[in-house]
Amino acid sequence: MISFIPRDKVSKNWIIIAPILSIVFTIFFGLLIFTFLGYNPLETLYQIFVSPFSRIDRISDILVKACPLIIIGTGLMLCFKSNVWNIGAEGQFIMGALLAGFVALSFPNIESKFFLLITILAGFIGGALWAFIPAILKTKLNVNEILVSLMLVYVAMLFIDFIVRGPLRDPMSFGFPLSKPYPDGALINKIPFPGIGFLGQLHYGIFFVILLIPISWIFINKTLGGFKINVLGSAPQAAKFAGFKQNSITITVLLLSGGLAGVAGVIEVSANIGQLQPEVSFGYGFTAIIVAFLGRLNPVGILFAGIIIATVKLGADNAQMTMGIPKVVTGLFEGILLFFLLTGETLQKYKIKWSEGKK
Amino acid sequence: MAKKELDILLKATKICKSFGNFVANQNIDISIAKGQIHALLGENGAGKSTLVKIFYGVLQPDSGSIEINNQKISITSPNVARKNGIGMVFQHFSLFPALTVAENILIALDNKIKFGEVVNEISKLSKEWELFVDPLKLVSELSVGEKQRVEIIRCLMQNPNLLIMDEPTSVLTPQEIKNLFKILKRLASSGCSILYISHKLEEIIELADEVTILKSGKSIESIDAKKTTTNFLAETMVGKKITQLKKIIKTNSKNIAFEVKNLNKQKDHEFGISLNNINLQVNYGEILGVAGIAGNGQVELMEILSGEIDCEDNHQILLDKLPIGKTNINERRKLGIETIPEERTFHATVPNLTLSENTFLTYFFKYNNTKSWITNLLNHPQKSLDESKKIIKNNDVRCPETNPLASQLSGGNLQKFILGRSLANNPKVAIFSQPTWGVDIGAATAIRQKLLDLSQSGKAVILISQDLEEIFELSDKICVINEGVLSEIFDVRDITATDVGLLMGGKNKKFQKMEPIK
Repeated sequence: MISFIPRDKVSKNWIIIAPILSIVFTIFFGLLIFTFLGYNPLETLYQIFVSPFSRIDRISDILVKACPLIIIGTGLMLCFKSNVWNIGAEGQFIMGALLAGFVALSFPNIESKFFLLITILAGFIGGALWAFIPAILKTKLNVNEILVSLMLVYVAMLFIDFIVRGPLRDPMSFGFPLSKPYPDGALINKIPFPGIGFLGQLHYGIFFVILLIPISWIFINKTLGGFKINVLGSAPQAAKFAGFKQNSITITVLLLSGGLAGVAGVIEVSANIGQLQPEVSFGYGFTAIIVAFLGRLNPVGILFAGIIIATVKLGADNAQMTMGIPKVVTGLFEGILLFFLLTGETLQKYKIKWSEGKK
Repeated sequence: MAKKELDILLKATKICKSFGNFVANQNIDISIAKGQIHALLGENGAGKSTLVKIFYGVLQPDSGSIEINNQKISITSPNVARKNGIGMVFQHFSLFPALTVAENILIALDNKIKFGEVVNEISKLSKEWELFVDPLKLVSELSVGEKQRVEIIRCLMQNPNLLIMDEPTSVLTPQEIKNLFKILKRLASSGCSILYISHKLEEIIELADEVTILKSGKSIESIDAKKTTTNFLAETMVGKKITQLKKIIKTNSKNIAFEVKNLNKQKDHEFGISLNNINLQVNYGEILGVAGIAGNGQVELMEILSGEIDCEDNHQILLDKLPIGKTNINERRKLGIETIPEERTFHATVPNLTLSENTFLTYFFKYNNTKSWITNLLNHPQKSLDESKKIIKNNDVRCPETNPLASQLSGGNLQKFILGRSLANNPKVAIFSQPTWGVDIGAATAIRQKLLDLSQSGKAVILISQDLEEIFELSDKICVINEGVLSEIFDVRDITATDVGLLMGGKNKKFQKMEPIK
């Protein structure tokens, strides 16, 4: 029998050593696996870990990729902290993008960038509405939010597929399932740097993250709302005793996280795609669950977790493009990385006790 | 006291155990003879639980040695303990309500045997020891006393030489306690030693052969329980003279403070209790004691009285004759009704929050400002830092640091904090559930004195407690709750402990009343 016993004190040194050791172990096992599979191990590691940082435009791509992960992860943090298990952020992302797309396409000639605020608001509403379904079912009928939010992901995927093949299909798209391009006012531009030009895909959406992290930190640590979420998550009975309304907190965190996922959807589409297509997300909503937990349900942690995950994802793309390593193999590598990072974090707080097993 | 080497079953020498800087056990010596009922007495935080957890292999000692039958052993896990014939009945039962008795026992067995055999074995043991339980009954249908019997049978299945019982009587009626004592005495005379943990002094004198007193993690003394008095035990345990409660004869006012009328509440989950036509009233300057065994609807009653759950009808609860049934818990706090639920951690406090944050938990609405939404938005625990410091100081809450986590306090100190937090609001009506449950004598006396003082200063107090001594010591009026039905209210001078005991067991139908009192 293995049991985990809480440590009396978390060592300061290990907070730094543990992640480094995790990376070392990951590299070691990665080397082993790539060697056995017949890939050049050093080359593969270079592609995954180093090449995303090898050029400044690639670094900016990391940020672009991390952007939706961090936005969704921050929303999910609110849910998970209050023990509400929203795992349907992927669906909320899609519905946010879809509603914003509908608004954008309704005004085909608009050029003012203020229009962006309206599309972002529409995205927030779209995502929030999609999260409102599990919220209302949970609070009124006590239906499990995990099942509802997850199943709604598939509904959302099929719905956007239907929309871009039917009502919103561009007649000029030669039969491709694509909407018309967004008007200028609904597009998020790349950031021009004087003297350099654009840095990869780096766009203005990044400012949303820069605003979101401190705001959500203040919300969690310095406001009554954050306190309520904290209490509800760690002791629901105590929340009742304090007179906090459990149902309204549950609904609020679901709406906020759905809304943020929706905004992430708007930013992704408006900055990188520019029109609606059947696939607008690439699993961001699911990956963000890992980001939220890897970041220890803390806004600053989520910022770093988002960047780490984005790096590895981009590295995996590089490895596939340059060396033909299939996604399955790099997926395996991501798994190993997560395994060691989470093990390292757990062992900081707990020690393992081996005792003789039951006979 | 000299004991022959051969007769000693378990001998522990110089047991030490610390948690960080806190020394829980310091050079504790104890030896338990075969067939002896050995009581372990001490205040909360004296190190009793730590010591028995070491004996049962849940914790490892830092140093010291344990011998069983003169053989040095190290008890590395509960498995090892059970193999060496040590069984333990915990204070909080670990049974699955949705499984039958036999299924519950089957899961816990180390050596797997067939279901049929388990059922037979249970029937055999329950006949042999008069521990009557039906092996095929669901645990959720059992009374607390029966559940305890299941736990004892579970231990007996392993043929123990030593049975450790942690505060076993805290949940039983007087009648059930008598039964338990009979069984324990028979077990002991058959050769099984019993280590009995309790803070109830009368019990120890009645039951035990020898008693070891722990104080601040040290074993003070082991004495012959037959040749001592409750006073001596109490003074040794606390280390000072017990202050007697000061009770002044007072003239109760006839002003009804708080009233409940025809209150019904359907249970909202399978293992809950429905409340059936509850009627009660309490006057200013009076303590109303609500006796009853845990799990008879006290939790459900408390939820409604505190305002955590709304009443169906606003007129079902009256404060100063005004209906407040639909007000929520914070509105009631503003009206001067303070409540304390029975669960200290996770309900009255959040264990992983600091004391100032826990103060904020029930104070936050006071800092709200109707005019400025930004103040309300940024309302956070920093604001209650001063108030929590005051509560800590005024109520002698002993803290390891200035603003510790609630989980760092011992049960008694945490309860003093919770009580202090409520009383600082200067309530008109105080409704407290099990305020001294599992609290050491020192803290319990202080808490009881506070309740008396409160009623003497003209406030109304409702005390929900399963401790009959406490009910009789403090109350002016008494009623009993049994399976969600409240008995009629008696003057303390008109009812005996035996009658209350029978009402608690649901036996005394002649006293029970379903009709509202007018």
